[in-house]
Amino acid sequence: MKKVLIFLFSLLVLKSVSAQDKFFTKAGKIVFDATTPKSPENIDGVNKTVTCVLDTKTGNIQFAVLMKAFEFERALMQEHFNENYVESNKFPKTDFKGAIANATSVNYGKEGVYPVKVKGKMTLHGITKDVEADGKLSVKGGKIQVQSNFQLTLSDFGIDIPQLVADKVAKTAKITVDCLLDPLK
Amino acid sequence: MKTCKFLLLIFCAMFVQATRVAAQDDDLLKLVGEDKPKKEFVKYAFKSPRVINGHSMEFLAPGTMDFRILHRFGLLSQGADNFFGLDQASMRLGFDFGVRRNLMFGVGRSTFKKELDGYIKFAPIMQSTGPGSFPFTVALVGGVTLNTLPWADPTAKNYFSSRLAYYFQTILGRKFSEGISIQVSPTLVHNNLAPIQSQSNDIYAVGFGGRAKVSKRMAFTWDYFYVVNGIENGINYHPLSIGVDIETGGHVFQLHVSNAAGMNERAFITETVNDWSKGEIRFGFNLSRVFQLTKGKGAK
Repeated sequence: MKKVLIFLFSLLVLKSVSAQDKFFTKAGKIVFDATTPKSPENIDGVNKTVTCVLDTKTGNIQFAVLMKAFEFERALMQEHFNENYVESNKFPKTDFKGAIANATSVNYGKEGVYPVKVKGKMTLHGITKDVEADGKLSVKGGKIQVQSNFQLTLSDFGIDIPQLVADKVAKTAKITVDCLLDPLK
Repeated sequence: MKTCKFLLLIFCAMFVQATRVAAQDDDLLKLVGEDKPKKEFVKYAFKSPRVINGHSMEFLAPGTMDFRILHRFGLLSQGADNFFGLDQASMRLGFDFGVRRNLMFGVGRSTFKKELDGYIKFAPIMQSTGPGSFPFTVALVGGVTLNTLPWADPTAKNYFSSRLAYYFQTILGRKFSEGISIQVSPTLVHNNLAPIQSQSNDIYAVGFGGRAKVSKRMAFTWDYFYVVNGIENGINYHPLSIGVDIETGGHVFQLHVSNAAGMNERAFITETVNDWSKGEIRFGFNLSRVFQLTKGKGAK
């Protein structure tokens, strides 16, 4: 009995001491690009204050994006993005809650680049949809860099592109994610 | 035995601890804490720095230029022969520049009296939400107009100063909701030479303007000035314009009907000679296109 208890006890101690398991950032970067091939100008904006949290034990990963923080080269484009397309006054935040599908293939203890597939739910413009994306995790120097490129069909989230601007603004947006995560203390 | 019980207790405690941590996985974002609320300036109360004729509480973004073409036509009552007034067109060409989030200036020239005009608009206080919020915007406008018509009587003693007029305006505006913005603008126009003989040189007026959004890209607007002391019976009237703003990709079209033919403060406040109650109204439109002069922060 004693031996069993000591064994169980030591297991628990080991479990709770095992390493930093959560990593996060509040300065992650996401680029939103809805430029059509025929468009005379770029329709893109960048957000540099994305919140991203990764739980290495479970593979759960979550993002929170403040829509008003997307910056555009042209003020009018930023105004239209906020007022007419994503309606940021009504829906100030976009979030993604998901998990790494191949979580076991990532060895957080060993430096390297690990391709991952992430699946989860994205809530944008008040509508929640399942989203799947490929990406990679780069473990280096105690930090984890999360990168991904994927596409979103804007009409899936109730964002209409009127015929008037259809030759400039694409119906699918290319999303580029680049977040460098530090351990959460 | 005692050590057994002790170890069992520790085990239970740690087990409870472990399950508690596991439950938190559901919302990782909560672990990193909510961002502290920040002060945010309220934007896009009006789609343009002008309501229809008068200045609005809205400013151009820094580094942008608004190219404005305004048309005012003849009276609708001119009938089909004159294409309901469209045959008789008067125009103002203007350029407005955004300097800071709360500072802009503009220049323009109207065909009516061949008048040049310039103004500066500055908002010491802007409507904001969050910590340190303020419920409305206070904007101050100072402008000058210069009549460049040849003298009516070149032989008389004419003074250059007679060509000049000035106006000063305080705009108090509030964006009540996504759809409704309303503003009040007490104004003083000083005509060095009064256009109507019996009129005072100093004319006080109060503007009431607003917009009600009908859809994402369309809004209903109104722009009225109650002229306190400058109305000479039967000669001039309070200017009232009502219209629709339509926003396309890069342009804002403001279509309206009004009794005022003037397109700068001096002209539409002190010289509106048509009477709404007699149906003396005209069609007009403002066309505005914004250009980005200095590149903002962007993806590239």
